[in-house]
Amino acid sequence: MNASLLSRSAALVLTLGLGGTASLALAQEPAASADAATGDTHIGLIYRPEIAPSSYDAEAAPEDEGVAGARMAVKDNNTTGRFTKHTYALDEVALTEGKSAVDSARELVGKGIRYLVLALPADEVLAVADAVKGEQVTIFNTAAPDDRLRGADCRKNVFHVIPSRAMQTDALAQFFTLMRWRKMFLIVGPNENDKLYADAFRTSAKKFSLKITAEKPWTFGPLAKARGDTPTRSEAMVFTRGVDYDLAIVADEANDWGDYVPFRTVDPRPVAGTQGLIAATWHPTLETWGAAQAQNRFRRLAGRLMRPLDYQVWAAVRSVGEAATQKKTADPAVLAPYFADPAFSLPAYKGVSLTYRPWDHQLRQPIIVVQPKAMVTVAPEQGFTHQRTPLDTLGTDLPETTCKFS
Amino acid sequence: MSRGFKAGVSVATIVGATMALGVSAQAYTVYVTNEKGNSVSVIDTATMAVTGTWKVGRRPRGVTTSKDGKELFVCASDDDRIDVLDTATGKVVRSLRSGPDPEQFILGPGGNPLYVANEDDSQVTVIDIEKNKVLAEVPVGVEPEGMGLSPDGKILVNTSETTNMAHFIDTTTFQVIDNVLVDARPRFAEFTSDGKFLWVSAEVGGTISIIDVAARRVIKKITFKIPGVNDEAIQPVGIRITKDGTKAFAALGPANRIAVIDAKTYEVQKYLPVGQRVWQLAFTPDQKFLFSTNGSSNDVSVVDVEADKVIKSIPVGLLPWGVAVSPN
Repeated sequence: MNASLLSRSAALVLTLGLGGTASLALAQEPAASADAATGDTHIGLIYRPEIAPSSYDAEAAPEDEGVAGARMAVKDNNTTGRFTKHTYALDEVALTEGKSAVDSARELVGKGIRYLVLALPADEVLAVADAVKGEQVTIFNTAAPDDRLRGADCRKNVFHVIPSRAMQTDALAQFFTLMRWRKMFLIVGPNENDKLYADAFRTSAKKFSLKITAEKPWTFGPLAKARGDTPTRSEAMVFTRGVDYDLAIVADEANDWGDYVPFRTVDPRPVAGTQGLIAATWHPTLETWGAAQAQNRFRRLAGRLMRPLDYQVWAAVRSVGEAATQKKTADPAVLAPYFADPAFSLPAYKGVSLTYRPWDHQLRQPIIVVQPKAMVTVAPEQGFTHQRTPLDTLGTDLPETTCKFS
Repeated sequence: MSRGFKAGVSVATIVGATMALGVSAQAYTVYVTNEKGNSVSVIDTATMAVTGTWKVGRRPRGVTTSKDGKELFVCASDDDRIDVLDTATGKVVRSLRSGPDPEQFILGPGGNPLYVANEDDSQVTVIDIEKNKVLAEVPVGVEPEGMGLSPDGKILVNTSETTNMAHFIDTTTFQVIDNVLVDARPRFAEFTSDGKFLWVSAEVGGTISIIDVAARRVIKKITFKIPGVNDEAIQPVGIRITKDGTKAFAALGPANRIAVIDAKTYEVQKYLPVGQRVWQLAFTPDQKFLFSTNGSSNDVSVVDVEADKVIKSIPVGLLPWGVAVSPN
């Protein structure tokens, strides 16, 4: 990196000597010397690789999910860094069995790394945050949507790129309000995360005056993952009988059964929630706001379509690059407090610059509402207003927050 | 329905205006690229009507004419080439090696070379259009787009949408000589006719930065406020400044307005309502009319520059992106 930097400036001097003027050389000088000695800014990524999928799983998560987004972001950071004289490197740590997130984080911090991007569940995010507390490390949470991480369990050194569950269910609820679909039939999966998703949806329903007319647990197992020759479970097909509703809401974060429900309800009703019509940060059909360019760049780099986790990790790594560009330094002492500064903003293919909420460090962002093959709408919907920004109509607002940074 | 009715009224207005001014109507040809129509719509300014639709490569965006008006250059982004059309026949006669994903370009003051922003490839390609030869590839920031050329042709400015900079490139050495940080997602760069100032729009930042070209420093940022329009919807893209340096027009994207700006005081004087998602602008050579591409409403708005009035909207192809006007 340093060698190429040197040769680049050497070439610059040479060409200026040939065709440029003295004033040009002077103008270039201060920028070149500013951070020349600091070297690469390392960003650590800790993730747990997907378990190898069943051979018949046509849409399994790719092994490099999230990681590929980080690689693209480091490349983007370095392209910009050529002009600001900042260079970036990615340190990838795949948690295989027996390796803990905390040990890996300590190892990275021990090597001097001050930016950690985590694609891990909530408990591990908290454990890492507490283990590196006081080390001037900034952590980006890209995979845990848990509202408690933005509430009672918030941490000052953690920034959340992934929208909270509350933001996701608010995005859907705003659209249902707009469509005047009022009566919701909530179907809740057996996992803890499904219950949390259902909690978030109940809160959104209250916030936007939707009515939950029925609620049932899903007790039929992972039917969406069943093979095509598995006999159809008739009790699963009739359990929607006798319910008065406009829309079935499925809470199935593990993708075990939600996709089984559409077209199997007794009454013809659309399905939304974690499957069917979903709230997401990214989708292959997103192409406005320059997203087409990111989609192309990603596909060339990774050989596959960009997924929401790839986008979230990309936005985390780009947050570091963008903050460094804006503050003209990669010094963690300067950048750590800057992420929560209203002046910091991240352009991320959403039509507006994204900022972190100072009260809980959640990234404010428009959320796309999408069905498997087409984008349907973008939240916040027109007409939902807020004194600061319409983006704050999604998720927990300042007056309601239970987050207290110590 | 109301659109058609309005257009009818506008025809009467424009005929009236032209007669009242006693202008001997110099007719130009306007070329509009339709990004999703894979075509160019051709408009005659004498009638303000579409006279033809020409087939070009996929995802046509940037467009410009040769200095004599005999050739039309169109970035066919998804085909990684620039189509060259004979404006007499409307046929693609040859293609230039543009490098991957050409989005916007600008022609040297002498009519050659062509400077091309390769959006997916973080570089600017310089092409000799007569020999169809790549003269240089200049590495710039992520997603290069806007291309501005100083009136003397010595300094090329490229804006990179994700790096958020205006890169100053020396056109004799093809080296980046300086970079000026602007607001988020810079889309367009336009020099004033005296070459002293550079205007750069920032689509997501919602501003236009005025850069002192000699000092290479932002000296002023223009912001916009439109009653009843969310600040987030104000996304400046195309900019055009009159030759006399008094007035500037800025297309504000999904705000569906063109801002009229006093180019001396930088005060916004007026917002002209146009079609939906307005992006690129082009003057007729006599600067009597300004054309805007309105991507979401699939039409072009015509502005009377003297009167600051929108006089007509003309339906074109699918997702109009770029616009260029013949020199004669």
